[in-house]
Amino acid sequence: MTMLKEGRPTAPEPVKEAHMAPATATGNRALMLEEKLIFEIGSTDTTGVDFADTPQVASRLGSLARVDSIGLPGLSEQETVRHYTRLSRQNYAIDLGLFPLGSCTMKHNPRLNEKMARLPGFADIHPLQPQSTVQGALAVINELAIWLIRLTGMHGVAMTPKAGAHGELCGLLCIRAALEARGDARQVVLVPESAHGTNPATAAFCGYKVEDIPATPDGRVDLEALKARLGPDVAAVMITNPNTCGLFERDMKVISDAVHAAGAFVYCDGANFNAIVGRVRPGDLGVDAMHINLHKTFSTPHGGGGPGSGPVVLSEALAPFGPLPYTARMADGTIHLIEEDNVGEEMPQSFGRMCAFHGQMGMFTRALTYILSHGADGLRQVAEDAVLNANYVLRSLDDVLDAPFGHSGPCMHEALFSDKGLAEGFTTLDIAKGLIDEGFHPMTMYFPLVVHGAMLVEPTETESKAALDQFIMALRSLAERAKAGDEALKGAPYHAPRRRLDETLAARKPVLSWTEADVAQAAE
Amino acid sequence: MRYLPLTDSDRQEMLSVVGASSIDDLFVDVPAEARLSGPIEGLPLHASELAVERHMSALARQNLSAGEAPFFLGAGAYRHHVPASVDHLIQRGEFLTAYTPYQPEIAQGTLQVLFEFQTQVARLLGCDVANASMYDGSTACWEAIVMARRITKRGKALLSSGLHPHYVSVAQTMAKFTGDALVHEDPTLEAATDIDALIAAIDRDTSCVVVQYPDILGRIADLTPLADAAHAAGALLVAVVTEPVALGAIKAPGHMGADIVVGEGQSIGVGLQFGGPYLGLFACKQKYVRQMPGRLCGETVDAAGKRGFVLTLSTREQHIRREKATSNICTNSGLCALAFSIHMTLLGERGLRELAGLNHALAVQAADQLAQVPGVTLLNDSFFNEFTLVLTKDARETVRNLADRGVLAGVSLGRLFPNSTAVGNGLVVAVTETTTPEDIEALAAALQEELA
Repeated sequence: MTMLKEGRPTAPEPVKEAHMAPATATGNRALMLEEKLIFEIGSTDTTGVDFADTPQVASRLGSLARVDSIGLPGLSEQETVRHYTRLSRQNYAIDLGLFPLGSCTMKHNPRLNEKMARLPGFADIHPLQPQSTVQGALAVINELAIWLIRLTGMHGVAMTPKAGAHGELCGLLCIRAALEARGDARQVVLVPESAHGTNPATAAFCGYKVEDIPATPDGRVDLEALKARLGPDVAAVMITNPNTCGLFERDMKVISDAVHAAGAFVYCDGANFNAIVGRVRPGDLGVDAMHINLHKTFSTPHGGGGPGSGPVVLSEALAPFGPLPYTARMADGTIHLIEEDNVGEEMPQSFGRMCAFHGQMGMFTRALTYILSHGADGLRQVAEDAVLNANYVLRSLDDVLDAPFGHSGPCMHEALFSDKGLAEGFTTLDIAKGLIDEGFHPMTMYFPLVVHGAMLVEPTETESKAALDQFIMALRSLAERAKAGDEALKGAPYHAPRRRLDETLAARKPVLSWTEADVAQAAE
Repeated sequence: MRYLPLTDSDRQEMLSVVGASSIDDLFVDVPAEARLSGPIEGLPLHASELAVERHMSALARQNLSAGEAPFFLGAGAYRHHVPASVDHLIQRGEFLTAYTPYQPEIAQGTLQVLFEFQTQVARLLGCDVANASMYDGSTACWEAIVMARRITKRGKALLSSGLHPHYVSVAQTMAKFTGDALVHEDPTLEAATDIDALIAAIDRDTSCVVVQYPDILGRIADLTPLADAAHAAGALLVAVVTEPVALGAIKAPGHMGADIVVGEGQSIGVGLQFGGPYLGLFACKQKYVRQMPGRLCGETVDAAGKRGFVLTLSTREQHIRREKATSNICTNSGLCALAFSIHMTLLGERGLRELAGLNHALAVQAADQLAQVPGVTLLNDSFFNEFTLVLTKDARETVRNLADRGVLAGVSLGRLFPNSTAVGNGLVVAVTETTTPEDIEALAAALQEELA
């Protein structure tokens, strides 16, 4: 083993390929068990629950009784536990190891958060209970709102958006409502290339025309191009900061001033807030609206694809237009829920409701628990460690992997590499799938789009140096194999529950639900 | 700061590898005037696990939970018993702490669950295909209206007066900005549904008719004539189900001609949670699948020929075509979908039918008993587990007064329809398998005293 750079971890000698393991009769491999679908193992006559006897009464269903078989198989309780336990073991998760997905932020999820969210006083209350019976829940919303406002230096916060992209929608609706209130029908939203992919989709969904703003060679918004495009038809500029190249937009304040001077608003995608929480307040940079992914910055577990939660902090100019319902603490200390019937005097300019109830209450409880655990000092440390960990990864690998913006100042919470310099025919995908065999979830691939073959690594603040060193060693080894043209890498993963899956087939001939025909096919 | 594993010596060592003299060097790109020098003032510092638990528990105790009182609230969120194994299984770290299954080879657990969930939902709603869930029922309802616009190229949606008013509000909010025309009136306290009025209102500009089933007053109606009328005019029928347990007892909207069926899946596996996170259900006919928003899981094979699952048809979605995307949805409700799917697997068809039957029978008993209270009239001819009582006085006040007596009586229509004086005396009461005879007795007694 050679030390390529002093003080940096390097790969050990490669392990020799094991002999091909013989097939098993069941398809199982010791602790890794294959699991059929519930439709193949259950029956419509099996159930894992039991109920009290049903009283005999005359039905009030009229002629609408459902008589045909629905086709829902059941399993006994033990079969159910086994089915889902076996399936769970085919998932990678943050509880198993480092999950360095850039722009997604997977960090440790403290179980205290789960325990608090399950207190009956939070979990077992109805959204339409009389307000006198839910003062504690309203206090959670109010307390979290105060934290979010102070941490961001903003004026107000809309708590109801149900995910980051829903928050973007909320922010743009506020902007549109504010513009309409002053009789200004602007049509265009500018989105820099370095912004999140949801941003232009959101703007288009709100009826805006979307225009791109190019990035500079150093991975930031092209300030001159932006200034040149600003005009009386521009409603807003949507910026992701820190951006998707992992860089801080140095000119943020200048951008905001120019946008405001043109009569437009600054929307900031705050998905990456954990890089700056406690160290920078977006309000000080002139941001008018920014969503915060509670599940990223404040650690709500992501559950295999959601739910998320995306409160939006708002500047003084936009706060009056935020959605219903929201909470307000009264002089007597009680907290009122302001909704359609009592909004009159409080906030008549609200753009209305964007979901049925109060947003993701279960996430508020988790986020507040996390915030109180860290406190103002701990959250500042969060940003520092997130940034330090990312820069450590960047500098530990920039001799074997191209780092397109490695010269462009420190990265923030994520390190960006590219596929430049890999042997002919080797791609980012090969490195990602190789990481799976090494026991890591791959980094984000092919995003951001401004970099060819992008690999975006976000270690987050909850990874130890030892975990990072092992990851760096694995990625270094894979980079060296891809540069050397090791053909075996193209077949990875070899050790995952499945080999590379045919995504083209899935899209060309979509099979989106199970049918009885599948039984015949499986029997072949 | 027990969640941060770096020690000070780790930090020093790492800074030297990075080539920075201090952490401040890594924040040089932040404009100087925006850099904070220390923890933000006015906010508390870190706290121990015990201290945080005390604080949060104290807040929880300020709420009256459903299990502590006779409880009859519904109107879009329902209290059902969730078997213990559901919460146990969703707390397995491999489910709880996984991300969106972007690397299918190591996400087969989540993906197979989503495939099973899609099949369960499609069958429950009576549709060909379902997606892998949306934020909640109300946002799914709006997405259905947008989808109907894409399919029909028309922009006028007729919303039933029986549609949940919050769902109407969400649609109105969005329509202000997208330019869709919405036609909607508040309900009246008459037993008949508005199906005939909806049929009469359908015209050549109508993109879709949106009808809730059972509706906000608990009424149920055959949707077939409405579907036929909509189709004859080239419009779609969108059905909204806020109480999916009902579909264990009554016909599925998809089997009555609905083109798109959306719903709130909270009833099965998820719990009340003060309004969220919930679970949007979304299903449609096969021919519209490429217009459907949200994530989809599809079956395929791997390089060794084994069956496997992947997220698919994502070219409709935000992360590929940017401004051409059919919606901006990024997240789904994966963990809630898992809870739904586990609960549904435990139930199976037999259990679901038993559960639905029990809900209905208890509701019939309760409705008849409550209708005996002087000053109370039962509105509904037919219902599943929720019905409307018409009182002799304003129901908002009654609900507040009964809460002071420790009875959570139901949802007043005055709260749901603040601009309608016609429904002020209406009280929507939900009964589920969690309701006991003593609960019903307590509500009847409290109503009797209140209305005397």
